[in-house]
Amino acid sequence: MADQDHPAGDKPSSGVSGDHTVREERYKRYWRENLNLMGVLLVIWFTVSYGFGILFRDILDNFSIGGAPLGFWFAQQGAIYVFVILIFVYSAMMNRIERKYDAEDENA
Amino acid sequence: MESTIFGLDTTLFWTAFFVIGTFGLYIGIAIWARASTTEDFYVAGHDVHPVFNGMATAADWMSAASFLSMAGLIAFMGYDGSVFLMGWTGGYVLLALLLAPYLRKFGKFTVPDFVGDRYYSQAARIMAVICALFISFTYIAGQMRGTGIAFSNFLGVPIEAGVIIGAIIVLFYAGLGGMKGVTYTQVAQYCVLIFAFTVPAVFLSIQITGNPLPQLGFIGNTADGTPLLMSLDRTLTDLGFTSYLQGEKAMIDVVAITAALMVGTAGLPHVIIRFFTVPRASDARRSAGWALIFIAALYTTAPAVAVFARSNFIDTVNESVYSVDVARQEARASEMGEDATPQWFYNWERTGLLGFTDKNDDGRIQYRADPETNEVTTLDRDIFVLANPEIGGLPGWVIGLVVAGGLAAALSTAAGLLMVISSAVSHDLCRKVLFQNMSDTQELLVARVAAVGAVLVAIYAGINPPGFVAAVVAFAFGLGAASFFPVIFLGIFWKRMNKEGAIAGMVVGLSITAAYIVHFKIGFSSIVLGVVALIIGIVLLIMHFGLKGEGDTRPMLIGSIVFGLIFLGGAFGVLPDIAPGTADQWFLGVSPEGFGSVGMVISFITATLVALATKAPPEEIQNMVEDIRMPSSVSHVTHGNAPAE
Repeated sequence: MADQDHPAGDKPSSGVSGDHTVREERYKRYWRENLNLMGVLLVIWFTVSYGFGILFRDILDNFSIGGAPLGFWFAQQGAIYVFVILIFVYSAMMNRIERKYDAEDENA
Repeated sequence: MESTIFGLDTTLFWTAFFVIGTFGLYIGIAIWARASTTEDFYVAGHDVHPVFNGMATAADWMSAASFLSMAGLIAFMGYDGSVFLMGWTGGYVLLALLLAPYLRKFGKFTVPDFVGDRYYSQAARIMAVICALFISFTYIAGQMRGTGIAFSNFLGVPIEAGVIIGAIIVLFYAGLGGMKGVTYTQVAQYCVLIFAFTVPAVFLSIQITGNPLPQLGFIGNTADGTPLLMSLDRTLTDLGFTSYLQGEKAMIDVVAITAALMVGTAGLPHVIIRFFTVPRASDARRSAGWALIFIAALYTTAPAVAVFARSNFIDTVNESVYSVDVARQEARASEMGEDATPQWFYNWERTGLLGFTDKNDDGRIQYRADPETNEVTTLDRDIFVLANPEIGGLPGWVIGLVVAGGLAAALSTAAGLLMVISSAVSHDLCRKVLFQNMSDTQELLVARVAAVGAVLVAIYAGINPPGFVAAVVAFAFGLGAASFFPVIFLGIFWKRMNKEGAIAGMVVGLSITAAYIVHFKIGFSSIVLGVVALIIGIVLLIMHFGLKGEGDTRPMLIGSIVFGLIFLGGAFGVLPDIAPGTADQWFLGVSPEGFGSVGMVISFITATLVALATKAPPEEIQNMVEDIRMPSSVSHVTHGNAPAE
């Protein structure tokens, strides 16, 4: 997410030039950023569904949203909204990461 | 309501109008989107806009069960129904983050394509084909049955004829248009089904809570100012039912089922192949987001419909005065005074989905949890969606729309499954395994013939549903979770993963999960054991012919003959009958529906251990994995070994 460190030399040179090890290094950094982003999003994914909706719902049910207990609401509504947001956030962030590493996919 | 149009009852007229109208639309789209190449046929030319693909995925995904049964199921299960809501949506996060973009980057046609190429093994490919076929056939039989029931309840057509009509329509546009035809009909079907689901929900929400948005009505207040959920919960506990907000399932089972459904969703071949149709890997990510938005439109409305319908049912039916005259169609409920049973109750009683027995002869309907005193003796869960338009007092055409929506949901899912079956047979089995020198034209022909064959099997299974159709959820998702998900995931995220690990993971995950489900849902009777032997025998036979170039396959031929003989033994009842297991014998308290998540863990562990104990995959495979991980098709990281685009 936003707390990702930008690698030194923010603007990598274009993919065609540069020798093998440079490209290897860039690939590694790209992949690590991808995995970090994925990890953060999957933690949120787990928290809103299994956490809020199932494991800790009794605690959350002490609060309410409108006329619904909060834990119950997460299990039947809230988790789904968060899922949608997660996918679009991933999609947007990945497009940024790919642009940064000059790895956008071109139209086939 | 009594009026007629062209001599037909209004409801029947509008139902026929919408059903015939939408079917005509689907056929028109199929003719417009004919497929001429294998690219068109399998992946719609890799050319579908992400938003359209999202809609098509949503229709592909939401089956007759989502549309007709899910809201009713939640209405009865309360909190426990959350497993379906979270389970059948959360899988899309896994798909978008972990699978879809990489599989799209891989750039082939089918899931067995990926498994076979990534694991450089025909045996792995054949295993994947078998899994895909098994999952898809279980699932499609249920869809065909749903189509038949919708026809028979609303159009007075026998179930058999309904199944056949539905099958012919699907065959027409899937056979003609392939994935291209299926995609654009699914877009139309999504529009029909979401409109049909939301319109009654909006009206009910306004009537009960005054809020037009069902999602807000869900957390809103009733006319007297108490929160709707609280008042339903209190009413239910007063009548002896379990609390709507608590549920009965053990927490571990709720976790297990939710996980099995989520991972299973991500492992279902007919969902995965939808992401092969978009132009680029980045489109696959975006498209998964759109798919989930379109799915969420129904999935966040369904729990609201559940609450509205259950509250409304109790408010209007419980303690109401039942009139024999209305039941005999000699009077109208509206003439019977304030606390009379509403008209729709009588209408649905005639279909057999509702039943009333006046046990205490007081002329009133008592709806209770206790079977001794409960007088609503039949209450089909589908009633809560089907009867909604009437409960909400909506005009007859809305009912017709709901029926067309239910059929759209069933047919779109059936078409997606048909594509998986047809491509698994023509592309993966024939072209890649059995007859490797087939031309494109021949392959296309085989694909269409396979579609016809699959439809015939589906028709048969829809008319004579085999016992396992009842366990379709457990089977399809459990097997998707325990077989496909681990091998695909490890194939992308672990370069060291090799063919030995993949085959072991699939075989172990699949057999343990299938055995658990069969044991607790059906029971290993003689004939079931025989069928299991038959399946193993067929797999070995295919392996024998498909693995010719990879060493001595005679043991497989002998094995397949042995299993064939065991099948005969089972069919003649020679094998022992083992009684089905009971709930108190569940492993760690996990139900068969949730066992897919246990099977997945076992499959992951097996695959990893076996892979570590055997040699690493060849270097070109490891390069292929690196290539899949980079979305760009131009800047190859290592040795540019571009997959076919």
